Amino acid sequence: MAKIKLPENKIQELKDVCKSFNNEKGELINVLHKAQGIFGYLPAEVQEVVANELNISVAQVYGVVTFYSFFTMIPKGEHPISICLGTACYVRGSEKVLDEFKKELKIQVGETTPDGKFSISCLRCVGACGLAPVVMVGEKVYGRVSPESVKDIIAEYNS
Amino acid sequence: METVKLTIDGKAVEVEKNTTILNAAKTVGIDIPTLCYFQLHDMNIENRPGGCRICVVEVAGRRNLAPACSTNVTEGMVVNTHSIRALNARRTVLELILSDHPAECLTCAKSGDCELQTMAQQLGVREIPFQGEISTYRKDTSPAIIRDVDKCIMCRRCEMMCNEVQTVGALSAVNRGFTAVVAPAFEMNLEKSTCTYCGQCVSVCPTGALTEVDHSRNVINALADPKKTVVVQTAPAVRAALGEEFGLEPGTLVTGKMVSALRQLGFDYVFDTDFAADLTIMEEGSELLDRLTRYLKGDKEVKLPILTSCCPGWVNFFEQQFPDMREIPSTAKSPQQMFGPVAKEYFAKKLGVDRKNMVVVSIMPCLAKKYECQREEFKVDGDPDVNFSLSTRELAKLIKLANIDFNSLPDGDFDNPLGESTGAAVIFGTTGGVIEAACRTAYEIYTGKKLDKVDFKELRGLENVRHATIDFDGLPINIGIAHGLGNARKLLEDIRAGKSNFHAIEIMACPGGCIGGGGQPFHHGHSEILKSRAAALYREDEGKAIRKSHENPFIIELYKEFLGKPLSEKSHHLLHTKYFDRSAGVFVEE
Repeated sequence: MAKIKLPENKIQELKDVCKSFNNEKGELINVLHKAQGIFGYLPAEVQEVVANELNISVAQVYGVVTFYSFFTMIPKGEHPISICLGTACYVRGSEKVLDEFKKELKIQVGETTPDGKFSISCLRCVGACGLAPVVMVGEKVYGRVSPESVKDIIAEYNS
Repeated sequence: METVKLTIDGKAVEVEKNTTILNAAKTVGIDIPTLCYFQLHDMNIENRPGGCRICVVEVAGRRNLAPACSTNVTEGMVVNTHSIRALNARRTVLELILSDHPAECLTCAKSGDCELQTMAQQLGVREIPFQGEISTYRKDTSPAIIRDVDKCIMCRRCEMMCNEVQTVGALSAVNRGFTAVVAPAFEMNLEKSTCTYCGQCVSVCPTGALTEVDHSRNVINALADPKKTVVVQTAPAVRAALGEEFGLEPGTLVTGKMVSALRQLGFDYVFDTDFAADLTIMEEGSELLDRLTRYLKGDKEVKLPILTSCCPGWVNFFEQQFPDMREIPSTAKSPQQMFGPVAKEYFAKKLGVDRKNMVVVSIMPCLAKKYECQREEFKVDGDPDVNFSLSTRELAKLIKLANIDFNSLPDGDFDNPLGESTGAAVIFGTTGGVIEAACRTAYEIYTGKKLDKVDFKELRGLENVRHATIDFDGLPINIGIAHGLGNARKLLEDIRAGKSNFHAIEIMACPGGCIGGGGQPFHHGHSEILKSRAAALYREDEGKAIRKSHENPFIIELYKEFLGKPLSEKSHHLLHTKYFDRSAGVFVEE
C-alpha cells in the first residue's frame, strides 16, 4: 500500500468533523460518512486519522469500512459512471450495458481506471425509468443507452 | 439481591436477576455447549457475541429457540437444553460451520485440544451433509503466531482479547458475509500490525486458526548435533502448568519431573530461567534504588516511576503505543535475555566452548519470547543469545514425542551454576511476583537491615490494577501492579497525564501474569486453573531455603567472578538493553 500525502487543510477538516461528533467511538459510521464526503473515498491514511481521533484501533475502523458497501477505499474516477440496475433498467438490458462498460474500460464495478479518469458503480433507480436503461456520468444522465452507444459515451470524455 | 426462579432440564434453579440461561445452567452442573462464548470469571473477561448459535435451547412458550448465552432468565421460565429440536438445530449449526472448515484434523496443530473437534465428537457428527463453496485466505506467519484463517469460525474471541482486554487493536473482523475474516488493519500481515505477540488470541482460539510458530524441530536437530552444546532454561510459570498436559491436577508443581524429562530429551545442561530472574532483580532492583536515591536528593531529571521490563509483550506494547515514554521502563533485559549472554559469554567460556557451538533453548509460558529472542539487539554477529524459545505446550509435545512417561519420572535437580534460584525468582511467574521479589532485595539493600517477613501479601491477588505502599524503614514506596495490557494502559495514561504517584510499577501483558501466558496449556476459560498455578508458585517460594535474590550463592559468585557489581560496565553491556520507537510506519508503508 503506497503512502499518499493528504493535504493539511483537508486533514484539519477531517479532525473538525471528528470533533463535531465529540470524538465519540459510537459515531464512527457518521464520521466515516462525512470523511468520504470530504475525500471522495477512504484511503488508509484517512482511516488512521479517524482511528487516532476517536481513540480506536485502525483495525476496527477498517473492519467497519469493509463491512458497509457504501464505503470505498478506491478513489472515484474523474468521471464516475453509474449504471442503473433497478428493475426497469434491468429488464431493458442494463446489465449488458454494464458489461460493455467493464469491457471497454477494463475495470470491474467499484474500480477506477489506472489513469484515474473513469470509475464504475451501480445504483438502483434514479427516478427516470421512462428513459431506461439509464446511465449517469457525473451529474449527466444518459437515457435509452444501448451496449453499442457505450463507446460513444466514453469518447465524449476522452477528448 | 433480586433473584429469579426457573427450571432447567427439570431442575429447579434460583439465580440472580439478569443471569443468562447459560450461566444459570452452570450453577446446577449443566454445561450447555458453545463455541463463541468465553469467560475468565475472576478477571472480568467475557466474550458474548451470540454468534455461533451452538448454545440454542428450547424455552417453553417461546416460538423460536433461544441462544442460552445471550438470553436472560425470567421468572418461571422452563428450559430444555436437550430437546430433540434443540439438539437437531445445534447439530445443523455445527454441520454448517464444518461445511466451511478444512478437514485437516490429522495434521492440525490444534488437534486433540480443539474445541471445534471436541464439539463435533460431543454432538456425534459423523458426516457433513452440506457441501458448498469453501472460503480460503492466505496463511500469515509472524515470528511468534501463525494465522490460518481458513480454520476460523468467527467466534470473535481473539478480537475481544486483542481489543477489549489488551487494547492492542491488532485484530478486527473485516469484510462481510462469506468473505468475512478476522484480520489486522488493511489485511496486512500480523508482523506489520500493532500485534505485541502476547498470544492471548492464541490462548482463547477454539480452533487451529491461531497457533504458535513451532520451533521444536529446530531443537530436535540441535540435540542430535554432536558438535553442539545444548543448554536449556525453564521459566518459572512452566513448572506450575506443564503437569496439566499429562493429566495432573492444575497447580501440581512438576519442577523435578520437568528437569528429569529435559535431561532425558538430551539437553547437556538443564538450567533455570529463575537464576536469571534473580539476576534481573539484582539489576532492576539496583536501578530502582539508584533512581530513587537520585530522586530523593532532588534530581529533577530522574524518571519515576520505574516500570518493570521482564515481559516482552509489554515491551512491544509500549514501543508501539507509548514510544514517548520508553525512557521510563527499567533498562534491564528480561530473564530470558539475561540468561542468554550469561550462558554464551560466561558459562561457555568456562567450558571452553565457542559461543557459536552453544545452543540456548528456553522453555517459556509465552509466545512473545519467540519474537524477543529474534531481536537484532540480542544477537552477537548474527548469533542469537537465545536460539529457540519453546512454549510450555511445545515442551509437552516434545516429551510425548520422546516416549517419556512423564508422570513416573523421578524428581531431578537443575545443574549448576545457572540452575540455582531463590523463592523470589519463582514468583516471577505470576502477577505481583516480580515487584515482590524486587522489594525483598531493594528493602535490604536500601535499609541495610534484614527483612524478617519476606511475604508481601498486599502485592498478591488477581484484581486488574493493584496498588500498595511498602514501608522501607520509614520511606513509603508506592507500588503499582497491572496485568493485562488494557490495565497497563490505564497506568501509563496516568503517568503521561502526571497523575501517577507510584515509585515502581510492575506490568505483565497476560491476564494473571506468565501463569496465564499465551504459551501455556489451554485453560478453556477456567480461571480457577490460573489461580491454582499462581498458588503453586507461591508454594514453591515458601518451600525454598533462600527467598531473596541477592542471597543466591551463584549470583554472588557470578558478580564476584565476572560481572563486578550490579549496573557495572559489564552488566550494562550484557544485561541491559534499550527500547525503540516502533510507532511510525506501523500502518502504512512508505
